[in-house]
Order: sequence, then C-alpha cells, then structure tokens
Amino acid sequence: MSADATAADVWLLPPRERVGVACLIAAESAMFIIFVVAYLFYLGKSASGPTPQQVLTMPILGTVCLLSSSATIAVAVRALRRGSIRAFAAAWAATIGLGVVFMVGTGREWSRLIVEEKLTPATNLFGTTYYALVGLHALHVTVGLILLTTVLVFALVGAVSRDQAGRVDALALYWHFVDAVWVVVFTTVYVIGR
Amino acid sequence: MEAQTKRTALDVMPVSARETTSRAFGRLHEWVVTVDHKRLGVMYILYALAFFVVAGIEASLIRLQLAVPRNNFVSPQTFNRLFTLHGTTMVFFVGMPMLFGFANYLVPLMVGARDIAFPRLNAFSFWMSAFGGLLLYYSYVGASGLYGDGSAPDVGWFAYAPLTGRAFSRGHTTDYWILSLLVSGVGSIGTAANIVTTILCCRCPGMTLGKMPLFCWLNLVMSGMVLLALPPLTAAQFMLLGDRFLGTHFFDTQAGGSAVLWQHFFWLFGHPEVYILMIPGWAFASEIIPVFARKSIFGYAVMVGATLAIGFVSVSVWAHHMFTVGLPSKANTFFMVSTLVVAIPTGIKIFNWIGTLWGGRIRFATPMLFCIGFLCQFLLAGLTGIMLAMVPFNWQLSDSTFVVAHFHFMLVGSLFFTLFAAFYYWFPKVTGRMLDERLGKWHFWLFMLGFEMTFLTMHIPGLLGMPRRIYTYEPGRGWEIYNLISTAGVGLQAAGVLVFVGNLVRSLGRGKLAGPDPWDAWTLEWSTSSPPPDYNFATLPTVTSRRPLWDRKHPEDPDSVHE
Repeated sequence: MSADATAADVWLLPPRERVGVACLIAAESAMFIIFVVAYLFYLGKSASGPTPQQVLTMPILGTVCLLSSSATIAVAVRALRRGSIRAFAAAWAATIGLGVVFMVGTGREWSRLIVEEKLTPATNLFGTTYYALVGLHALHVTVGLILLTTVLVFALVGAVSRDQAGRVDALALYWHFVDAVWVVVFTTVYVIGR
Repeated sequence: MEAQTKRTALDVMPVSARETTSRAFGRLHEWVVTVDHKRLGVMYILYALAFFVVAGIEASLIRLQLAVPRNNFVSPQTFNRLFTLHGTTMVFFVGMPMLFGFANYLVPLMVGARDIAFPRLNAFSFWMSAFGGLLLYYSYVGASGLYGDGSAPDVGWFAYAPLTGRAFSRGHTTDYWILSLLVSGVGSIGTAANIVTTILCCRCPGMTLGKMPLFCWLNLVMSGMVLLALPPLTAAQFMLLGDRFLGTHFFDTQAGGSAVLWQHFFWLFGHPEVYILMIPGWAFASEIIPVFARKSIFGYAVMVGATLAIGFVSVSVWAHHMFTVGLPSKANTFFMVSTLVVAIPTGIKIFNWIGTLWGGRIRFATPMLFCIGFLCQFLLAGLTGIMLAMVPFNWQLSDSTFVVAHFHFMLVGSLFFTLFAAFYYWFPKVTGRMLDERLGKWHFWLFMLGFEMTFLTMHIPGLLGMPRRIYTYEPGRGWEIYNLISTAGVGLQAAGVLVFVGNLVRSLGRGKLAGPDPWDAWTLEWSTSSPPPDYNFATLPTVTSRRPLWDRKHPEDPDSVHE
C-alpha cells in the first residue's frame, strides 16, 4: 500500500496548461506558415504598384517594444512564482504597455499606407499578402492584449495569487509565441521582402 | 403574452404529463449543457451517424443517376451539388466527428483518467463541429442571397480555384461551404488539442508512454496531425473569403494570383487528412484483432514507430494529387518517391496484424469479421495507391473512376469496416447491452458484398477511361454493365446499413446484458461497469504493463515480466 502511495507520489506528468497552449501554438504556427509562404510566393508578382521597396519602412520602435515585452512578461511570471503580487502587476502592466506601443505603431503604418500610398488589400498582390500576414499577427497581439488586460484587472482587484502561476505561465507562453512570430514576419516582410 | 399562453397550455395538461414533459426537458437540458467526455463522445457519434445517413443518401442518388447511360434522374446542377455535399459531409461531418467521438469516449477510459483534460473546451469543440454541419446544409435555404442564384455548394470537395471565385460561383453557396469548414475546423483543432493533452498529462500512475494501449498512441499521432494539417486549410479558407468579400487576389489569376497555390494549400491539408481519417481506423483494428485472436499485439513498438513514420511522411506527399497540373518533373519525382515510401510502414502494419492473427485462437465474432474484411480491402487500397503514385500511370488515370474506387476502398472498405467493428466491440461498454450477433453477421455480409459490387467493379470503367464527376455518359463505350453492377451494389450496402441501424435501436432496449467485460479484453475501459460510472474510476488504477486487465486476471503470469 505504502509502495503504491510513493509510486503515485513520484508520478509526475507535464502540466495540462502548458501542453494545451503548446498544442495551440503548433496549430497557429502551421497557419502562419501558410501566410508566410503566400507572401514569399507572391513577392514581386504584383501586376501594379506600389511595391514593398517604395512604401515600407522598418518599424524599429514597435519591434523593440514587442520583443522587450517578452522579457517583462518573464519577469512578471517569476515574480508571481515568488509570491510578490505588486512586482508581478507592475511587470505585467509594462508588458501591456509595450504591446500597445507596438499596436499603435502598426496602426500608424497602416493608416499611412492606406491614406497616402493608396495601398489596400485589393490594390495588388503585395497589398493582399501584406495586410493578411501582418494583420493576422496584429490580430494575435490584440487577442493577447485583451487576455493580458483581463489578468491585470484580476490582479488589481486582488484575485491573482501564487496558485494561479501555472495558468499565468501558460498565457505568457502564448505571448512569447506572438513575439517569436513577429521575428518571422519581420524577417519576411521587412528584410527579405524589401 | 406568449410566455403566458405557454404557461396556460402547460397548466391544463394533466399533472403526470406535465411531469413527463419537464423530466424529458430536464434530460435534454442535461445533455445540451454536459461537459462529460462520455456524453460528448456519444453525441459526436450520433451526430456523425445522422450525417452518415444523409451523405449515404446523396451517394445513392449519384449512383442511381449513373446506373444507365443518358440518364435524366437528376439534373447536372443537382449532380454537382450531390457529389460536393457527399464528399464534404463524409470527410468533415461523418469521418472526423465519428472518430473524435470514439477518441473522446475511449481515450480517458483507456489511460485511466476521470475526464478529458479540458472538459469545457471539449463541449465547445463539439458544438462548433455540430454548428458547422448545420451551416453546410443551411446553404440549401440561405445560399441564394442577393443574386437569387445557387442552392448548395457545387464546387467539389476540394473546391479548386478559380471556380470558387466571385465571378464563377455566384450566390452564397461557396460561402456556406467555406464557413462551415472554418467553424468545424476550429472544433477539430480544439478536440485534437484536448486528446493530445489528455494523453500526455492525464495518464494513471504507471502508464508510461510505452505502456499505453496502441489505441491511445495512434490517436495521439492522429491528433498531432490534426493540429498541423487543419490550420493550412483554415488559412486557405480565410484567403478565399478575402478573395470573395474583400477583393484580395490570392487565387485571382487576372491579378497575378495563382490557382495552383490553392491546390498546394488544399492538398497540404487534404493528404494528411486521409491519414487523420485512417489512423483511428488502424487504432480500432489494433485493439480488436488481439482480443479476438487471444494474443497480445505483435510488434507493439514497431507499430508505434510505423505510425509515427506514416505521420511524418504524409506531410510531404500532397502533390501526388497534382501530377496532372504540370509541375516540374523533379517535383513529380520527389512526390512519387515520397508517396511510395509510405508503403513501407503501411506494409509493416499489415504484417503486424497478420502476425497477431498467426497462431491465435481466433473468435469470428462480428467485430473480428469486420477487421478481417478491413485487412483484405486495406491491402487492395494500398496496392491501387502504389499504382496511382506512379506518375505516368497517374497521368493516364487521374480523375477517373479508378481513383474514386481507390479512395473508397480506403475510406469505406478500410475505415468504415473498422468503424463498424468498433461499434460492435464497444457498444456493450457504452450502453451495457450487446449488439445482436446474428443481425451483425447479416450486416457484415450484406455490406461486404454490396461494397465489392460497387467499388471493386468501379475500377474497371476507370481503366476504360470513364472520368469521375460526369453526370452522365454515352452508351457504347463498354462502361454500362460495370456502372449497373456498381449501382446494384448500393442496394445491398443500404440494406446492410439498415440492418445495422435496426440492430442499434433494437439492442439498445432488448440486447443481452453485457456486464463489465463481455469480450474478456485487457485494456482499462473494461475494468469499469458498463456503462462506466460518472468520473469513470472511483480510485485511479495503477498499471504495470500494456494489458492491465490480463495482469489482474492472471496474477501468476503477468505481462510486465515479458515486456
């Protein structure tokens, strides 16, 4: 009997939250790959202008902000594991702030492209694939920001404690994924594609 | 006001009737809001069975139209809608939900867990899939839209561009097709994530990956493939929606877009999808054949390896659906070779099942009969698959009824035979009652004979040059007799399915009581009562081998010593 109990005690399997989010990430990656392939496949095949070389500029500030937000969210999760809720909330809020800066940057870029450069999804193949790929990523950032903000509200009303570290960690995993995808999108659109 | 009238109507009913009504309503409510993996599994299966009947009727109409040359049974437009809906329904609303239903019900029981990893996600996924199916058929009502054009999708189940563009597909039929697949795709991804997580995170103490039943291993591979293969379809559907509503140019050839890209994206999903459907069929066979041969599975580790190998190779074979497109010959060669490579692990599997049968004390109960039928037909499907993988042969026979016969040997002759086996094998566990053996044998022989008449025969008109998806044909080409035999076979298959459904309904009320373990089987689901109690296990089981129930029944000779 006691042997059984110890066998059950050492029976450790990976946490469900992490594996569940990993499955989501696998599926999302497959979807992003298709959009990246479409972007690369149609590079330079537009029947009319404008071309990426003419209208795209590197979104340096947004990129720096988004990538740094991976660090702040890691700090936040570590703080929560330690049990210091205030440090957690501060780093978590910083993550949201950095994400918002990125989204504002994307919004400004899009408004310039649409209003000044007259580039819409219907203009040419570049517009089609650009808005699809960057837009899909922006959608993921937006969803992430909504989720992060929800957690922040919970933290501010005192509903987040150390016990939730596993779940918060799962959300952080998703956020890291969104950042990693940006590295791919950035390379595709602004480095290779320009 | 209306609420009041209703209440009055209820008030005038006699008290007993009112109680019955509210009890029935309460029961329905319980099923609708349930997050229990067993109930959701049953709902998946029932929902898939309903669509199975619908898609079967569509197939029968197609065959009736093709029975004789120059037939006017249905119009060409209707014919196009029939084969589109038949294909789409069978793949997305019969095959996948049916397999998910079995996985939902059985995986937690087999790994010794009390429920699936994320029960609420599970319910959400089921309702998404169910909603997707309804959306597809709602097309008949809602698709005419502003143009007053169209009723059901008629672009074929792989919906090649540019036929699906706004200019060529008026009305909203294609939109309903896109949306229904998008919605059900979300459900499929959710369920796949759930199955993977359950298997990786919820196994009972002692059940290492190497001690899992093969059923769980194969469903793990299948779910992993769903996670990687369905999103490309989802992505392509988003692009197509963009083309139809936002004026994007993904598949718009006039603006430089590529129609071939759609084919790549679709088959990047479509070919793994074939294995997603087939792997659970192998999973059923790998559980049922050992139990009825009274031997443990031959080559467990090799079986797992072969499945992984097939899963791996299957994502690099998609363009064998596109040999006639005119890809560069290097690409054709690559996809030919990679397709041929699939034959190796598949052959290993067949040998392992035969190795399990070899020297066993075989019981020819209905589940075993269907598994034997599966082995023969699966071999034939594999052989025609190898033929079609050869580029020159494929050029000759692409888009002929030979191809139709090949993949129906796979999906009906193999997958559905194992599914029927699974019904006969696990029905006692789910309901507590046995399916009738005599009716089961009638079902098997009627369906088997009908199947061979329809699909074995169908190879020949294909070889003689009959294309698929034509609504009628001229007399005098030598195709008539084969088409007539094919159509006659449908009658026998339909009779078989009728016997099956009758058997289900009859046995539900009057079947022999099963007890917890009617087949003297070895996996954990048979250690629970039939049907299993809420939350499956009062105390979590501990496992030391691949056949925990064998160990319990034969403590003097446990499996763990030999593994």
